[in-house]
Amino acid sequence: MKLLSAFRSSYLNRRGTAFRSLDPSSFDGGFIPPKPSSSPSSIFWLLIHCLCCLISLILGFRFSHLVLFFLFSTSVTNLYTTTNGGVSHHLLQLKPNVTEKSSRVVVGRHGIRIRPWPHPNPIEVMKAHQLLQRVQEEQKSLYYGASSRSPRTVIAVTPTYVRTFQALHLTGVMHSLMLAPYDVVWIVVEAGGKTEETASLIGRSRLIKKTIHVGFEKKMPNTWEDRRRMESEMRVEGLRIVREEKLDGVVVFADDSNMHSMELFDEIQNVRWFGALSVGILAHSGNADELSSALKTTDREGMPMPIQGPSCDSSGKLVGWHVFNTQPYATKSEVYVGDKADVMMMPSKMEWSGFVLNSRLLWKESVDDKPIWVKDVNSLLDGGNEGIVDGPLSLVKDPSMVEPLGSCGRSVLLWWLRVEARADSKFPPGWIIKSPLDITVPSKSTPWRDPSKLPVKNNQPAMEKRSGKPRGPESNNSKGKQEPKAFDGIKSSATR
Amino acid sequence: MKYRSWILIFLAACYLTLSTISAFRLSRSQPTERISGSAGDVLDDNPVGRLKVFVYELPSKYNKKILQKDPRCLTHMFAAEIYMQRFLLSSPVRTLNPEEADWFYVPVYTTCDLTPNGLPLPFKSPRMMRSAIQLIASNWPYWNRTEGADHFFVVPHDFGACFHYQEEKAIGRGILPLLQRATLVQTFGQRNHVCLKEGSITVPPYAPPQKMQSHLIPGKTPRSIFVYFRGLFYDVGNDPEGGYYARGARAAVWENFKDNPLFDISTEHPTTYYEDMQRAIFCLCPLGWAPWSPRLVEAVIFGCIPVIIADDIVLPFADAIPWEDIGVFVDEKDVPYLDTILTSIPPEVILRKQRLLANPSMKQAMLFPQPAQPGDAFHQVLNGLARKLPHDRSVYLRPGEKLLNWTAGPVADLKPW
Repeated sequence: MKLLSAFRSSYLNRRGTAFRSLDPSSFDGGFIPPKPSSSPSSIFWLLIHCLCCLISLILGFRFSHLVLFFLFSTSVTNLYTTTNGGVSHHLLQLKPNVTEKSSRVVVGRHGIRIRPWPHPNPIEVMKAHQLLQRVQEEQKSLYYGASSRSPRTVIAVTPTYVRTFQALHLTGVMHSLMLAPYDVVWIVVEAGGKTEETASLIGRSRLIKKTIHVGFEKKMPNTWEDRRRMESEMRVEGLRIVREEKLDGVVVFADDSNMHSMELFDEIQNVRWFGALSVGILAHSGNADELSSALKTTDREGMPMPIQGPSCDSSGKLVGWHVFNTQPYATKSEVYVGDKADVMMMPSKMEWSGFVLNSRLLWKESVDDKPIWVKDVNSLLDGGNEGIVDGPLSLVKDPSMVEPLGSCGRSVLLWWLRVEARADSKFPPGWIIKSPLDITVPSKSTPWRDPSKLPVKNNQPAMEKRSGKPRGPESNNSKGKQEPKAFDGIKSSATR
Repeated sequence: MKYRSWILIFLAACYLTLSTISAFRLSRSQPTERISGSAGDVLDDNPVGRLKVFVYELPSKYNKKILQKDPRCLTHMFAAEIYMQRFLLSSPVRTLNPEEADWFYVPVYTTCDLTPNGLPLPFKSPRMMRSAIQLIASNWPYWNRTEGADHFFVVPHDFGACFHYQEEKAIGRGILPLLQRATLVQTFGQRNHVCLKEGSITVPPYAPPQKMQSHLIPGKTPRSIFVYFRGLFYDVGNDPEGGYYARGARAAVWENFKDNPLFDISTEHPTTYYEDMQRAIFCLCPLGWAPWSPRLVEAVIFGCIPVIIADDIVLPFADAIPWEDIGVFVDEKDVPYLDTILTSIPPEVILRKQRLLANPSMKQAMLFPQPAQPGDAFHQVLNGLARKLPHDRSVYLRPGEKLLNWTAGPVADLKPW
């Protein structure tokens, strides 16, 4: 009996609003029946209450609860509309002086409001994305200062040549440039003259404002040392083009084998004349064992993944440079492109890609506020390549005045990793397969029917299919399940 | 005469350089806006010197022993009562002379009786409070002088001084009769509700300041989440059918927006909760079993605009902080159209709200740091108390006048503690 009374009291507790006539403070004792009064409404409620208790006893709590729910709901158009309106009406009739303050918030069970089509509205999604963009623009202008208000063009100079991995590298650079939210002028200097393949790759970049594709007469040599030199010459050729076209912006040396982060393009907007960034060097070896042993030796000395770039003291002034130390790898460095797997590919001491410059330094006319610590690049470019190809620092008279970017070189904004195939490796030109392949193997998991195996008879396609292809045990599939015949093929392949 | 023109030119040059320097510095940090609520620019007011508080010396069974029994009380969201006492004991507003005190504070920890899960049980709280009041009424004359009108209590429980976690029962009990004339400092606030009396001070729930500071991410991380929420939508343990918990509002949010890519809502407990809030523009703060929630504090600290879904709620320090300008209020009946409401806010309004949230005095006002810092929630409580001074003459009772009914309330509450 105690359980029953407790059960009833918990039931009443949940339906508290409809049964407020009962004393709410009586629940720590037991169940106290209401005092009989002469008013017909209270007798009516008493009868209803007894009826509900009987129903709940017979049918169980949940079902009777649902019955009552439906009985008292005033609007039945939608299952999930609120019922508190009707219930509170009864409440006010029974006890008019419960609360004299008119609160529009009613305690009790409310319906869960669901709108007629509770799915995303594409117009709202568009508006929300515009709001997100606006907020992010505001954030950018706060944290990157005045430079975001007048963004400068990014002039990317990329030396390239046709090789197996060219498509891989060039597509990476192209996508990075397409994603940068600035105007980009892309100067591609190609060794061995302009080729159709490179031109078609570059032509896929629709978002880049302007691409300049230039051919460089000499062909790419086979040793790494010579290649680096040739690439430097190609970069200088790119600088000459900047000078001729009088492009205005920030010149970035976007080597095609590097990985650029988006913060790089935001950060270089802050350069005034000549800036330096940190480049992460991911020198690697093809052989995993060699790599791990190499890492162990380098751990004793310093970072296994060195960083090239400016180094500052605590006050933010440039004091030196982190340079790539080739000593630990002296015996193991690759000489020829695509050498044996257990040697490592080395970057040069100072990579060109770690430096950016203001394109006005290259202009022929004398710009008024050109800094004195930069050499006259104009005359250097005129006089041939000898002075320049040693490295990017040969462009400045006083290296200590170079501006360090990326919170003084502490954030690495791009990575160097040179992965190249062997010099004589073959690949289809333009990566388009023109002739049909020699060998064709039937695919075992086509969900659709093989047209060559269509049966002559129309009424037994499933049996044909099953017998035609080699499969695993199928007894478990046909265990009395009624499947529509047309979808047999799909079903049987899905249960593999 | 010649020198005067040179001096003028020199001064003009100085002024220009200084203004450019200051402009440059300003552009590097987040611009903020001044916050002025209906009480004025009062967030930065210093209460020291404007009021004096006397702290009663209650036996330790009312405070220290309870804390020793369960030290979890120091970190849960009701910890404001403990930290308030610690702050007042060492604050310059404290006076040891009760004759010159404007306000009297009774340090009794009514919310520290926790279940194994960590939820406070309010069943003994009325008795504890009553016994504390009887103690101070019999040992000091100041309670009887005003029947508690110049005393204040911190009652951070779900429904304040109604001392129950279920709303119907709390309404049924009402505010403890002995506290009818006292000022209550509570987290609960809802207009036209029995458990919020006139003149109460609403405070934010306690949120651990060091934990939140340690999860800050750089401000230039772009805010890429539109709406963020983590928490329950249905409370299957206490409300299996739904519709009771949060008055159905949380369930409505889930049902309408669970497949919407703009709404990052789920019931998970990720370790990157604080970091994710800093990457969101709007953070939902819907009601639960009670209308207030620590999410409001977290949203303000992390610069995420709070979307408050709780009808008639009274937010912390509502007279000092203009919440209408800072957060977005959505009626519970409008929840199915939440995406339309949020996307129709003009971008300038959103940016202004973010600037207001970035104001450091706003963030300070929501926290209870140890040791106390100027402008934090302790000081805002004191500011609120100072604004209620001087006491009205009717506060002081004539001798022999009795207004409180010491035997009112349910019989179970009258038992001694």
